[in-house]
Amino acid sequence: MPAIHSETRFDWSQPVKTGLLGGVAALLLSLIGVIEASHARPVISGIISLGQALLLIVFVLTCVAAIRRAGYARQETSSRGRLLLCGGVAGLMVSVALAALVLIGNVVNLRAVFIKASPELYHLLTLGLDTGGVLALLMSGFLLGIVVGATYLLPARLRRAIAMALGAIPLLAVLYGAFFPGRRFTLPGALALFVVLSAGSYWGGDIRSLVKQRVASLPPAGQRVYKIALWALVALLVLLLPTTGSYPSQMLDLVGLYILMGLGLNIVVGFAGLLDLGYVAFFAIGAYTQAVLTSPEIRWLGEVRLTFWEALPFSVLMATLAGVILGIPVLRMRGDYLAIVTLGFGEIIRIVALSDWLKPYIGGSNGITRIPKPVIGGWELATPGRLYYLIIAGCLLAAVIAARLKHSRLGRAWMAIREDEDVAQAMGIDLVRTKLLAFATGAAFSGLSGAIFAAMITSIYPHSFHLLVSINTLGLIIVGGMGSIPGVILGSLALVGLPEILREFSEYRLLIYGVALVYMMLVRPEGLLPEARRKLELHEAEAAE
Amino acid sequence: MALLELNNVHTYYGAIHALKGITIHVEEGEIVTLIGANGAGKSTTLNTICGILHPREGTIYLDGEPIHGLPPHEIVGRGVAQAPEGRRVFGRLNVVENLEMGAFARKDKDGIRRDMERVFALFPRLKERAKQLAGTLSGGEQQMLAIGRSLMANPRLLLLDEPSMGLAPILVEAIFETIRQINAQGTTILLVEQNALMALSVAHRGYVLETGTVVLHDTAAALRENELVRKAYLGIE
Ligand SMILES: Nc1ncnc2c1ncn2[C@@H]1O[C@H](COP(=O)(O)OP(=O)(O)OP(=O)(O)O)[C@@H](O)[C@H]1O
Ligand SMILES: [Mg+2]
Repeated sequence: MPAIHSETRFDWSQPVKTGLLGGVAALLLSLIGVIEASHARPVISGIISLGQALLLIVFVLTCVAAIRRAGYARQETSSRGRLLLCGGVAGLMVSVALAALVLIGNVVNLRAVFIKASPELYHLLTLGLDTGGVLALLMSGFLLGIVVGATYLLPARLRRAIAMALGAIPLLAVLYGAFFPGRRFTLPGALALFVVLSAGSYWGGDIRSLVKQRVASLPPAGQRVYKIALWALVALLVLLLPTTGSYPSQMLDLVGLYILMGLGLNIVVGFAGLLDLGYVAFFAIGAYTQAVLTSPEIRWLGEVRLTFWEALPFSVLMATLAGVILGIPVLRMRGDYLAIVTLGFGEIIRIVALSDWLKPYIGGSNGITRIPKPVIGGWELATPGRLYYLIIAGCLLAAVIAARLKHSRLGRAWMAIREDEDVAQAMGIDLVRTKLLAFATGAAFSGLSGAIFAAMITSIYPHSFHLLVSINTLGLIIVGGMGSIPGVILGSLALVGLPEILREFSEYRLLIYGVALVYMMLVRPEGLLPEARRKLELHEAEAAE
Repeated sequence: MALLELNNVHTYYGAIHALKGITIHVEEGEIVTLIGANGAGKSTTLNTICGILHPREGTIYLDGEPIHGLPPHEIVGRGVAQAPEGRRVFGRLNVVENLEMGAFARKDKDGIRRDMERVFALFPRLKERAKQLAGTLSGGEQQMLAIGRSLMANPRLLLLDEPSMGLAPILVEAIFETIRQINAQGTTILLVEQNALMALSVAHRGYVLETGTVVLHDTAAALRENELVRKAYLGIE
């Protein structure tokens, strides 16, 4: 009987299959050039590069998958030897795939098809030993798999702590390099970080519950002080972030503008369930209004030019109006129809901005330049670092408004129409008003973001308002967790911030984006920081399965 | 004066003439039932009353005032609530949130709390499951929730669209018993049902609809004895 056989004999096919799948992933990463491109960025100076770390991650994940799928993850049911062998075989198979690439690549010129199959890549894959390194590659794959398998002999809690720390180090290294250009982790630094991180992760739960207990035993005043101190710490961190340099500030500014837009689109899509794919239109209208009112290039509105602050209310107002104007014709539309129409609207706005028809007024393809920066009491917000504070203030305002709205009567009406429009109507909800308010509020946030954007980059062109902006904004909401306000912030950091930092990946941006989205939908459809409601719902569905 | 009066109401779905001149009335305190085959126009009638559909011709009066031109939220504001066909609870909200949605048009907090208690008294099952997501309730529980939710509007006129659909016989009994109780507590009810036998046993009067027109109208007792009704709707030869 097969069941008994599998108990008594080692099942080779499982780790081989999983290992080869991992090998395909590693091959893919190598051949499209991700590994080589990220080899230039160190994780630990002189020890390991990001490219190598990525390969290692593929190895480790493959071995883990093989061990789990073969059922060795549960210690009590497995024998040690088989566990280690399973990991080793899976690791070996990844190596086999890569070794095959190197061997074939040395005989046939693969570059005719895969332009990234370069000698440097082979050099990297063979651990710098070239053809002789194939053996080393196979050996290390096997050994690595055994090591991964061995971690399953450790208590689960310790294993998880180590995995957390190891996974966090490349990410932290990248962030460190971005915020402190030119600096990088040294080996002792990384080791210390590893110890701290794994200890923190190991005892994290205990520490948290201890702190919670202590705080709970404090008098109410003390609890308040604790809360305020915690928030003050977060605020301080947020305020200090841009002081490390101009490049990180630029990145943060962009993240902030996307947070603003995300908070707005989250109202439309997340709260009210109206799928709007033309959201960039309001961003564009906010930006263009700001530019037309403030740039000295524009003459047709008279010689008087407004300052940033004077123009800002008009920019937001224009975007809001556009939100209502778009809202009226689509009131009766649902789902896919709404998505298509709003998509068209976004494109129309961009094409109109590009057209000769409006060229005398908004510059056509030449755009509008010389848009002044904001000035506060004679202090010009000239640098990204200074603009950052304006953007943070905007985000804070928007987040507070969004949070208040969410729990208001209007927020409940949005929730009802998201769930079932007809029934919402039968509950006495005014559909027209509720929908238009969603479009208008969303558009206002986007308009604000656009106005600040115009002042930040000082010149705007129609191509800045591409469909991709709408898609990015929607993507960050989905990744963060539909309807969740903290989710918007995290989504923006992950989807806008990280790609800005990982410049060498810019070619692969959409690819990584796509993979991340697919992966998210499969593994964590509720998003990274979901609303409690969504999480509950998906878990109940899982439990029911 | 009748609480609700429909005079010669014609409703269309585009070119489809669904209601071909319906005239019915409901008195304060009554249970009136609409029975008829699939596609006769029963749901269409209810949706036309509460403003989700608008009649192309004819008038609808509530308490002597015309309501046929009003949007649904204003009609709800005047005390008409509907438990729509097929349960249609808000699946991703929990039981209490669903009930709160039912009271959306109201602002009297105390009254809302009292009505919540009333619903829980009518349907103790809902109280046990107060925090459960509505989508995960059983079919019968969802039907209770849909009725409870419409009661949360504290309506004078309650429109029920096939409350017994898909329920086990024992639950059907219970639902109809509850309908009787709701009525006894002072709510007028217009009840659409496939289960004509049960409907005619709780109702005071009834209308029989066929392809968009009223073909019969009588007291419930008389309809139970009617030859046509017995044949077509009660399945009794
Ligand atoms: N949205 C719609 N578009 C077009 N025709 C519709 C629509 N809704 C209903 N109809 C048609 O109107 C007629 C009446 O439908 P209605 O839903 O009122 O029937 P019903 O009496 O409630 O039937 P059932 O007992 O099956 O629920 C049917 O012929 C139906 O096909
Ligand atoms: Mg029906």
